This record gives sequence, C-alpha cells and structure tokens, in this order.
Amino acid sequence: MTTTTAPATSEPGSHIGLSEAFTDAMVITRRGIVRILRLPQLLVFATIQPVMFLLLFNFVFGGALGETLPPVANGEYINWLMPGLLVQIVTFGAGQTATGLTEDLSSGVIDRFRSLPMARSAVLAGRTLADLLRNAFVITLMLVVAVLIGFRWQASFAGFLGGVALALGFAFSLSWLMASLGLKIKNPEAVQSAIFIPVFPFVFASSVFVPTDTFPTWLQAFADHQPVTVVANAIRGLMLGVGALPAGQTVTGQVWLAVAWIVGLLAIFAPLAVRLYRRAVI
Amino acid sequence: MPDHVVTDPILTAEGIVVRFGDLTAVDRVDLAVQRGSIYGLLGPNGAGKTTLIRVLATLLKPDAGRATVAGIDVVEDPGLARTRLGLAGQFAAVDEYQTGRENVQMIGRLYRLSARESRQRTDDILERIGLVDAADRRVGTYSGGMRRRLDLAASLIGRPEVMFLDEPTTGIDPRSRVGIWDLVQDLVRGGTTVLLTTQYLEEADVLADRIGVIDHGRIITEGTADELKATMGGTIIEVEIDPAHRDEYETALAGVGEGETTFDEQRNLLRIPAREGAESLLAVGRALDRAELVPVDIETHKPTLDDVFLAVTDDTPSDDAPAPSDGQAPGRKARR
Ligand SMILES: Nc1ncnc2c1ncn2[C@@H]1O[C@H](COP(=O)(O)OP(=O)(O)O)[C@@H](O)[C@H]1O
Ligand SMILES: [Mg+2]
Repeated sequence: MTTTTAPATSEPGSHIGLSEAFTDAMVITRRGIVRILRLPQLLVFATIQPVMFLLLFNFVFGGALGETLPPVANGEYINWLMPGLLVQIVTFGAGQTATGLTEDLSSGVIDRFRSLPMARSAVLAGRTLADLLRNAFVITLMLVVAVLIGFRWQASFAGFLGGVALALGFAFSLSWLMASLGLKIKNPEAVQSAIFIPVFPFVFASSVFVPTDTFPTWLQAFADHQPVTVVANAIRGLMLGVGALPAGQTVTGQVWLAVAWIVGLLAIFAPLAVRLYRRAVI
Repeated sequence: MPDHVVTDPILTAEGIVVRFGDLTAVDRVDLAVQRGSIYGLLGPNGAGKTTLIRVLATLLKPDAGRATVAGIDVVEDPGLARTRLGLAGQFAAVDEYQTGRENVQMIGRLYRLSARESRQRTDDILERIGLVDAADRRVGTYSGGMRRRLDLAASLIGRPEVMFLDEPTTGIDPRSRVGIWDLVQDLVRGGTTVLLTTQYLEEADVLADRIGVIDHGRIITEGTADELKATMGGTIIEVEIDPAHRDEYETALAGVGEGETTFDEQRNLLRIPAREGAESLLAVGRALDRAELVPVDIETHKPTLDDVFLAVTDDTPSDDAPAPSDGQAPGRKARR
C-alpha cells in the first residue's frame, strides 16, 4: 500500500479583499466587452437591430397612430415610442446574459475560473456589468438616432436622464434574472428557447407601442400590471410629463412602482444567481 | 501491489467518495503523489477520472474523504489551495474571441499578478509553448492542438505547484500529442507536479512515473509502468483459436502459465500470462499437442499496459478505437 509522510503545513491568508474582488470583476467585465465587440452576431444585436426596430416602428406605425396619442406626445409618434422602446430593447437583449453564461459553463471556462484564486463573485458581477455597459451603449445609440428623426423630451432634462437611468436599472435587474435562468437550465440551446418565447408577450402586451386602453379587458389587466408596462410608463412620465400616463397615475407613483420592480427583481435574483453559481456542477 | 513510500507527497487523497444519486462515481480513492513527479490516472470513459480531478481542484465537494494540495486541505481551505494548483480541463477552456496572448494575460490577472508581471510571464510562456507567432491571432483561428497547448499554458502563468490535466491529448492529432507530451515533461523539469488522466495506455506509459488504473470509481491497481507490466508475468502468450472449440482449448491449457487466462472475443485470442517465455511456450505447445488441438496461430510478446488494462478492467481500452480526429474525441458525450 501507499504510505504517506506528514504533509507540509499550510499558510494562512487566502481571504480575498474588496479591492481584489473589484479587480477580478473588472477583468471579467473587460472580457465581456471584448466578447461583444468581436462577435459579429452580438454586435448586430447591439447596433443594427435596435436602430432598425426604432426606424421601422416609427415610420410604419407613426403615421396611423400619431393622431390618436395623448397631447403630450405633440402629435409625434417618436415622442411616445422612444421611452417605451428603451424598455423593449433592454428586455430583448437581456437574454444575452443567460446565453453567455451557459456557453461558459459548457465550454469549461467556468470550471477554469472556479479553480483560480479569484473572487467567486467576479464572474457574475463582471458579466452583468459588461451587459449593463452594452445596454448603456445601445441606449445612447438609439437616443442619438431618435433625436435625429425628431424625438424631443417634453418635460425636463433631469426627467429625461431619470428615464434613462430607470431603463438601465431595469436592464440590470433583468440581467440577474437571466443569469439565474442560464445557471439553472445550463444548456445554451434550451436557454435560448426558454427566453425567446416569454419575451414577446411581455414586450407586445404592454404600453411600449400603444396605450393599453384599446386592449380587450383581460389583456389590459395583464398589460397594465406587468413590469414592462410599469417601467415604460415611468420612463414616459419622466420624459413626457404626467399627460403621457393613464388617468389616475402620477409620475412619482409610477417611478416608485418601477423602482420597486427593479429592486424586487434584484433582491430575488441576485442572491439566487450567486447560489446557483456556487452549485453550478455540470 | 509493491510497497511504495511517498517521501514528499504534494498531493494526497484519503477515502474520497463522490456520489451522484445512486451512482458512486468515485469510490474510496486514496492517492499520494510525490513532489516533482507525473502521476497518470488511466481509465476508460466514465471511470470517474474527471470527477476525481474536480474534487482535487476544489470544484466539487466530496461526499467523504479528504484531500490536500501542497499540504492545504482542498475542502477546508479551497481558496488557498487554488493559489497552488492549476487546472486544464477536458475541453480547452480558452476564449475564441480573444487572442492567445489576451487569454493568458487574463488568467494571469486572475492569479493576482500585476498587469506588468502578467504581461512578462505571458511572453515567456508563449515562447515556451511555441505560440509566439500566433500570439496575436484570435484563438478561433487556432488548431485543436494549439488550443490545448494554450489552455495548458494559461494555467502555468500562476506557477502552480500541482497541475491537473484532464485528458490533455484526447481529440488532438498524434503529432500535436507529442508536442503536449514535451510540454508536460518540460513542466515537471521546472518543478511542477502533474496529475494527468488519460484513456491512452501509451500516454501513461510514456509520461507517468506512477500509474493508477481506475475503473468504476475505484483505483484497481497502482504502480510504475514496469511494475504493472510485471504483475502480468514476464511474457504474454497469445493463442489464436477457432472459437467453436474454445472450451476444449481452455481445458487443455488449464494450469499452464501464471495467473488468469483471458479470452478476447473480438480477435479469438486466448491470452496466457507466463513467467518464462520459451519454457511456457513449449508447455503450451505440449498441452495442445496432447489434446490434439492445432491453433490458428501462436505469438508471444512482452506485456504492455494494454494487457494490464484488459486483465483488471472489463472494458476495452480506447487505444483500439479509431484514431480521434482533430477536435472530436471518440465517444465524447454531448458537451454538458
Ligand atoms: N454531474 C453529474 N451528475 C450525474 N452523474 C455524473 C455527473 N458527472 C459525472 N457523472 C457520472 O459519473 C461517472 C464518472 O464520470 P467522469 O468522472 O466524467 O468519468 P471520466 O472522466 O473517467 O470519463 C460517469 O458514470 C458519469 O456519467
Ligand atoms: Mg472525463
């Protein structure tokens, strides 16, 4: 049999400080950004696709809908559309957090990271941060194009910035939801179809494109209470003023509701994703 | 099994057990690996090699047992253990959209090197693995062998004391395989201890100082390549027969040779381990003559690890499988 002599003594000091954890997260964030910049299919999602949505929706629906919109839209569909479209685009893009993570899981990259003396939190923090930066870029790009084709915020500049911040906050909370989904499902193809289908009813049965009051009652009941509408209304209220909101809603009330959704999603899914990541045995 | 004393064990395991539901993937495994040596875990697909490596590399908590890397308990202080170990998994875990250089530098940063140190060591490593010319190309353009080398090299940047290599040459062409072997030997000359898994007997024979044969989660036998071969006697006599008369042959040859005679149904070979070549061959001839049996052919050869493997496992070794083409390992399961 094999005999063993006493092993060498160990050294203390394996604890990872905050600044190391931050550096690790930055390394992973950089990796995520390089990935987006260098993979053509991701770059298209981040540039051409959102601009195409913006132009198509505006010019196809704008003429027919411009007349029927609340007066705050100033008769321009783009004014109505843009706040909602910010929510639409971050919702469509959120799945990338999940697919990126599942690809890393199945390629063994996560195993490699977990065998390194890096902060455990860095993989998820870096990934969601990179996706947040991607969203910031997409939103900026869309806003530039929107302004070029006539979008003007009707309320204050501060309200406009607040609206952008809400869109980013919502994007960030969706990233954590998607991270949980990806870590749970693990298979890249399966996760793609699991995300793709539910995204549509949430985005279209909402106030993103048209006011919900023309929907059949049952659909309106869903549409008015789901997070995409809540956040879209809040951004619209901030950018256009209270006249953009359904009767009875206030801008402050909608903003608080949207913040509650964002914080609620984060409170549930950030710890869940961390837990699933710790146990991500494949 | 010969008594073997590991004077300076840098990697140890005692009674490691891992269960997945009803399946015991790793079953009471003990290990002691001498500092500066190469230990080869040899076993077929599904034997439990990857699961054992995942435990030793702090990725998976065992259901029972303990293990140490450089004296650090991998379950109790995984964070510290990770500063001493490196892992190159079963699939090359490098980013296709980053260049070779960027991949290695990133891992260096995650090993807590400063940006500058990481850059310097990356240059050294790329030179050592012969990837200087390709260093600034995206890994997406690399061949399977280049990816493997890069994957292996990426872990080296942290100067780990123990490197775990899970099937480092599965799925790459034979020429690149030799390149990886050189790299592993180079590593050990630099003082690193290597634990590698393989399905290839030849690989274990060439590289490993000690070999553990693993099947169904158990280490069935352990020793140097020579010791393992010696357990098979000095010679293997192979008698090719007409399978219709297998019983008669087995009766006639009972008691000839040392140890257990096995039958290879695919090639109709009776394998008889024997101590002394010529004498045993004559004994086989006399026994067959008495029984008036004339075999198709008789051959003798020195035992190879194949013979050990065949004798101790119920699976055929994968060396007999068709040569793997680049990037596609034989019997490789869908990536999970
Ligand atoms: N996460 C898991 N869940 C369930 N069974 C697993 C898991 N990982 C491995 N196994 C099973 O454990 C056994 C050993 O697997 P593995 O360690 O991958 O073997 P090897 O690397 O030698 O091919 C196999 O039967 C495999 O199917
Ligand atoms: Mg394996």
